[in-house]
Amino acid sequence: MSSFWSAWVAILSLGTIFGCLAILLWNLKNYTHVKEGESMGHEFDGIEEINNPLPRWWTYMFLACIVWSFFYLLMFPGLGNWEGLLGWKSSNQGIKNLAESRQLMEQNIENDKYVHLDQQVKYAREKFDPIFEAYAKLPIEKLIQDDKAMNVGKRLYLQNCSQCHASDAKGGNGFPNLTDADWIHGGSFDKIKETLLYGRNNQMMALGAALGDDGVKEVTAYVLSLSGRTVDDDLAAKGKAKFAVCSACHGSDGKGALANNLKVVGKGLEKPATMGLNLTDNVWLYGGSERAVEETIRYGRMGVMPAWKDILGEQKVHLVSAYIYSISRQDDKLALNN
Amino acid sequence: MSQSIATHADYNYKVVRQFTVTTVIWGLIGMALGVFIAAQLYWPQLNFDVPWLTFSHLRPLHTNAVIFAFGTSALFATSYYVVQRTCKVRLISDRLAAFTFWGWQTILVAAVITLPLGITTSKEYAELEWPIDVLITIVWVAYAIVFFGTLVIRKTSHIYVANWFYGGFIITVACLHIVNSMAIPVSMWKSYSIYAGAVDAMIQWWYGHNAVGFLLTAGFLGMMYYFVPKQAERPVYSYRLSIVHFWALVSLYIWAGPHHLHYTALPDWTQSLGMVMSVILFVPSWGGMINGIMTLSGAWHKLKNDPVLRFLIVSLSFYGMSTFEGPMMAIKSVNALSHYTDWTIGHVHSGALGWVAMVSIGAIYHLIPNLFNQERMYSHKLIETHFWLHTTGVVLYIAAMWVSGILQGMMWSQVNEDGSLTYTFIESIKASMPFYLIRFIGGVFIVAGMIIMVYNMFKTIYAKEGSLKASADLQTA
Repeated sequence: MSSFWSAWVAILSLGTIFGCLAILLWNLKNYTHVKEGESMGHEFDGIEEINNPLPRWWTYMFLACIVWSFFYLLMFPGLGNWEGLLGWKSSNQGIKNLAESRQLMEQNIENDKYVHLDQQVKYAREKFDPIFEAYAKLPIEKLIQDDKAMNVGKRLYLQNCSQCHASDAKGGNGFPNLTDADWIHGGSFDKIKETLLYGRNNQMMALGAALGDDGVKEVTAYVLSLSGRTVDDDLAAKGKAKFAVCSACHGSDGKGALANNLKVVGKGLEKPATMGLNLTDNVWLYGGSERAVEETIRYGRMGVMPAWKDILGEQKVHLVSAYIYSISRQDDKLALNN
Repeated sequence: MSQSIATHADYNYKVVRQFTVTTVIWGLIGMALGVFIAAQLYWPQLNFDVPWLTFSHLRPLHTNAVIFAFGTSALFATSYYVVQRTCKVRLISDRLAAFTFWGWQTILVAAVITLPLGITTSKEYAELEWPIDVLITIVWVAYAIVFFGTLVIRKTSHIYVANWFYGGFIITVACLHIVNSMAIPVSMWKSYSIYAGAVDAMIQWWYGHNAVGFLLTAGFLGMMYYFVPKQAERPVYSYRLSIVHFWALVSLYIWAGPHHLHYTALPDWTQSLGMVMSVILFVPSWGGMINGIMTLSGAWHKLKNDPVLRFLIVSLSFYGMSTFEGPMMAIKSVNALSHYTDWTIGHVHSGALGWVAMVSIGAIYHLIPNLFNQERMYSHKLIETHFWLHTTGVVLYIAAMWVSGILQGMMWSQVNEDGSLTYTFIESIKASMPFYLIRFIGGVFIVAGMIIMVYNMFKTIYAKEGSLKASADLQTA
């Protein structure tokens, strides 16, 4: 802030505290014309006021707090641009974004000039990084046998992933189940890790306008018939004829992009993004009721898996991926699509 | 005494009566809502999958109802009563006073409709949308004109200390409301704050903390300064203490907002300055408590038989407790444990239910017989019952939230040897569940007390004029 605003802050803050001190000191003396312990002589609806002195212990407490406040404001930042004698900062002040913060942090650590946050980060790196480095070197086969490693992976999962995929990793409406064999982007360890590192952006186009009301109903019937549901055969037949528009992503058999080896690249992502889901099993990411499927076709869906590379770092992602890989193949016969 | 009786008929008691009755009714509604949402936290099924019945929609209604419907109506009622009696003059304008009553009730009804519908600015304690904000400003200016106008035409030489506090509260709340509610309307029921980012947060908590400091503290200290000496029939303990603690309180409170934003994007200097001012504030706050409690010196025996006085004095004990707790929680290292936990909720309710509600309830039990030409309330036994229900409820509530809050703070900061957090958020919620049940039970006690109060109030109002004699009351007590 400019020196003007800095002075403004400092003068107002100190003025307030000095003002409190002044009014305290002024009232320590009996400046009234009434003896201490006697009534002030005013009367308001029968209420009188006594001219008693300020309680002594209270006065000392007030003075102690004021003295402490000057000491604190001398040592720590508080009075505008005054940085305090201790030079303490919680973090780099005045930064505008995360990238700037990270850059400054690295610079500070390199130059051995720390703000509080840098110290904490440095301490955490020194203490915990070796643990994760060691795990990162283990191949996946060894990692999933290592109970301690899987425990750490599980904790990271519970802290960072369970908000969407649930504590038991079974997902919910809009969030895939991670414990079954139904994979959208592939269930091999490398594919899982890729999903975690870079995120996914799985888009289903809104087809309401293109298909029209009848078209949406027909395609819904056909899609439901793919997983063996009883539907109106006429509707389903009409829907089948219109399924071509869907097959670009879901494959002509409706078994999804993965089974058909389709690669559909989404906008602005490093890795294949939109992957059509398998419509022939009875796993429904957005609900399998007729109404839900109809809604999906009409309005589309926008599934987003965030990228964790910059949030957790590659080593932690490695462990979380291993944990997810392990829980998805607790039952071997489930491990189909890798 | 003969003088005040002589002028008795000249005071405008109509508006005081109106605000008094609505205070009690809004109190019951606001607190019952609180109990309902407390139950939802324990039994989430009580959402019934109806959007406007969910916690997120009803919680702001609860806070608005208790702060602006119950608390502020109590301030309107008592300030109009006190300013007339301590200035020995009728309110300067009956029409403006009536306008403040009907205007304020309109605002409250608008809150009851818009908040459950999800129409909100999303600013805590300032959720009401811009058309309602405009109405609040108009009514508040009218309130200021009535109050200060009456002070100007007073027939006493000095201005009594209660009126300093009421006056400070009225002026500051006007500034807080206008500055924080500045917004650009995009439609009838949607507006966007003119502030952005950390500035928006700072303005919001400058408002938020001073809504506590001026509305819920200064205003109620004004109430305390009239009703405690009046009910105890004792002089105020120290005139000079009231001067020091008034000026120190109003000048320090206004700085304390940043302690709501410790460990955020707020600059370091703002955070530590807010903390320093909050810590010093502890002393003038206790000045008010001392002056109130010491007013009772020489009359302690009255506490035994007078549940109304007991409401007032226990409220001061809770005031002292929460104004000690607040500055402690404003210290950064304590805040690191307490922030975002139920401890904050416990602290707020020790202030709201212990201090604000108890001093208001005491004041209203004093007011009702005076306003409706009776010598006493219909039943002192019921006031006694209300006192014990309320006190038990408050203690259950805040003790449960303390334990739950500290438990949450400790669980959230526990790390494993690999640096990962030991507990997930949901585990801390699970650990808090028993305390949510205790909190709910505490709330039931409090609402039961309010139901008794409503009954007692209507029994007093509808009793034959002058039929409730003070002497008969001693036998029942």
